[in-house]
Amino acid sequence: MTGAPQAVEATDVTRTYELDGVSVPALRGVSLVIEPGDYVAIVGPSGSGKSTLMHLLGGLDRPSGGRLVIGGRDVSTLSPPEMARLRNETIGFVFQAFHLLARTSAVDNVALPLVYRGVPARQRRAKAAEMLERVGLGHRLHHRPNQLSGGEQQRVAIARALVTDPAVLLADEPTGNLDTATGTAVLALLEDLNTTSGVALVLVTHDRDVAARARRQIVMRDGRIVPPPEGSVIPAQRRPTEDEP
Amino acid sequence: MVEAWRVALDALRANRLRSGLTMLGVVIGVAAVVVLVAIGTGAKREVEQQVEGLGSNLLIVVPGRLEFNAAPSVSRLSLSDVEAVSRVVGDPSRVAVTVTSGETVRAGNRSTFTTVQGVLETTPQVFVRDVGRGSYLTSSDVDTGRRVAVLGATVARALFGDRDPVGQQVSVAGVRFRVIGVFAPLGQSLGVDRDDEVHIPVTTAHRLYGTNRIDGIAVKAPDRERIDALGERIVAELSERHPDTEFSAVTQEQILGVLGDILGVLTGVLAAIAGISLLVGGVGVSNIMLVSVRERTREIGLRKAVGARPRDIGVQFLLEAVLLTTIGGVTGMALGVGAALLVGELSPVPAAITWWSLALAFGVSAAVGIIFGVVPAQRAGRLDPVVALRTE
Repeated sequence: MTGAPQAVEATDVTRTYELDGVSVPALRGVSLVIEPGDYVAIVGPSGSGKSTLMHLLGGLDRPSGGRLVIGGRDVSTLSPPEMARLRNETIGFVFQAFHLLARTSAVDNVALPLVYRGVPARQRRAKAAEMLERVGLGHRLHHRPNQLSGGEQQRVAIARALVTDPAVLLADEPTGNLDTATGTAVLALLEDLNTTSGVALVLVTHDRDVAARARRQIVMRDGRIVPPPEGSVIPAQRRPTEDEP
Repeated sequence: MVEAWRVALDALRANRLRSGLTMLGVVIGVAAVVVLVAIGTGAKREVEQQVEGLGSNLLIVVPGRLEFNAAPSVSRLSLSDVEAVSRVVGDPSRVAVTVTSGETVRAGNRSTFTTVQGVLETTPQVFVRDVGRGSYLTSSDVDTGRRVAVLGATVARALFGDRDPVGQQVSVAGVRFRVIGVFAPLGQSLGVDRDDEVHIPVTTAHRLYGTNRIDGIAVKAPDRERIDALGERIVAELSERHPDTEFSAVTQEQILGVLGDILGVLTGVLAAIAGISLLVGGVGVSNIMLVSVRERTREIGLRKAVGARPRDIGVQFLLEAVLLTTIGGVTGMALGVGAALLVGELSPVPAAITWWSLALAFGVSAAVGIIFGVVPAQRAGRLDPVVALRTE
């Protein structure tokens, strides 16, 4: 997305859930900016609101208050079909559980977002094959998820996330279901794609070693971003523990 | 769109057994509709052919009323009434009568139980009835009450096998008759053998049964236009002669109308039963689609995350339901056509397969898919992607 100055911009965003008539605040006012080509880690304990934040940044959910602009569009003005289109064109998702369609080949899994963009089958396959080549799975095009290792499955998921050339790649615990070595390799792939394609990479994780590799970290606690002790940019080599009071 | 069909087909294939069982309801419903419509149509055609085959411009005069639920009444008609009717008609050769009785007919050591009709010599002119061998009754046979008989083809075969019965003796209710003719075969209709009868002179029959009643009078009107007026005049004449009895003169069209009403009620009841089974099939489809939506919640969440609109998801599940019922519908049609052909072949019930019934069955099964697929499809389309992705 070269047209918009910011890939994602959140201003005092809140999100409150209604559970059995009781309002449960998940986000209590979050402001942040994801710039094109950014590499950000969102960290925090479970229940801190980082998943809610990720859903909002990915256009899967709408804020209860505040202003959220994704790819230059204010989500509060968008209808559900327009939100779907926004996700399709601007966001790529990578999930902890991969979320690949079983009984569907790697190439067709990767091509799935292009189906909803109305790309003809032949072009879809070609583009998907190209993406799989790029994540090092050019030899696994017609394998099904159950014929692939965990690391390979997550690579397929990454190829799927990037096949639409999104502005932002949202990865929710992308290494959570992988062993350390495989996880590191997947992380290295994500970082490589971040550098070479210019896609903004947002990692949601509670793994401090993973978070430490990001160019900056956003630490969540009780629905708010914990302000860093000094400066606005946290150098990647600093330990996250030092950020906490 | 091609993609959507492929996905739907794929989803059905993933659960072959479940899809098959779900389809079964629709298969049975559609097959039932096709078979019952085929039988109804076949029966109607056969009845029409038979009534029209009696001859054209016929008036049947009977005591009582010809209605669906009318009680049969005892006839008080006699040969003098027939003469009166002949005067009204103006041409005795256009008037036929019948007095009917079930009797045992013997020839040598063979016997058969059949319908014996006492008739006038006018019968072959009023009804369409051809004599295959020998000759029919003459006016002098009737006038003098001769003991002569004309056999139906079935009776002739039962009593004489391949021998020629003309000139042979038979006994009807213990009285000896000479066979003077054999009817050309008419064949069966609606399970009734129309060749299983014997005609004897009405005067002979009266003597034989010890009665002088006439069961019914048939009149061949000169043309279609004057048939109703003629009927009214005949009824008026008879009512005058028998003030306390009601008479009806009915045309073939009226008979067809009454039979059509009976067949219509029957077909309606059968169609309602078939419709209920189709409805039950539809509920099954709805149920299975709801299960399918729940099972594939994560898939729905993922599709939404990568850009599927609510409509895309809805259409996907609706197509699945429609595919389920139309495949079931086509299978049911094939089964129904097969069953109808088998029924037509193996039983006396005729079956006629019509294109409109097949088109209707297909249309209804597709409609069942749409109607019963809408709720699950809407539910799938409205799923919150965040909740859907979180589902285990």
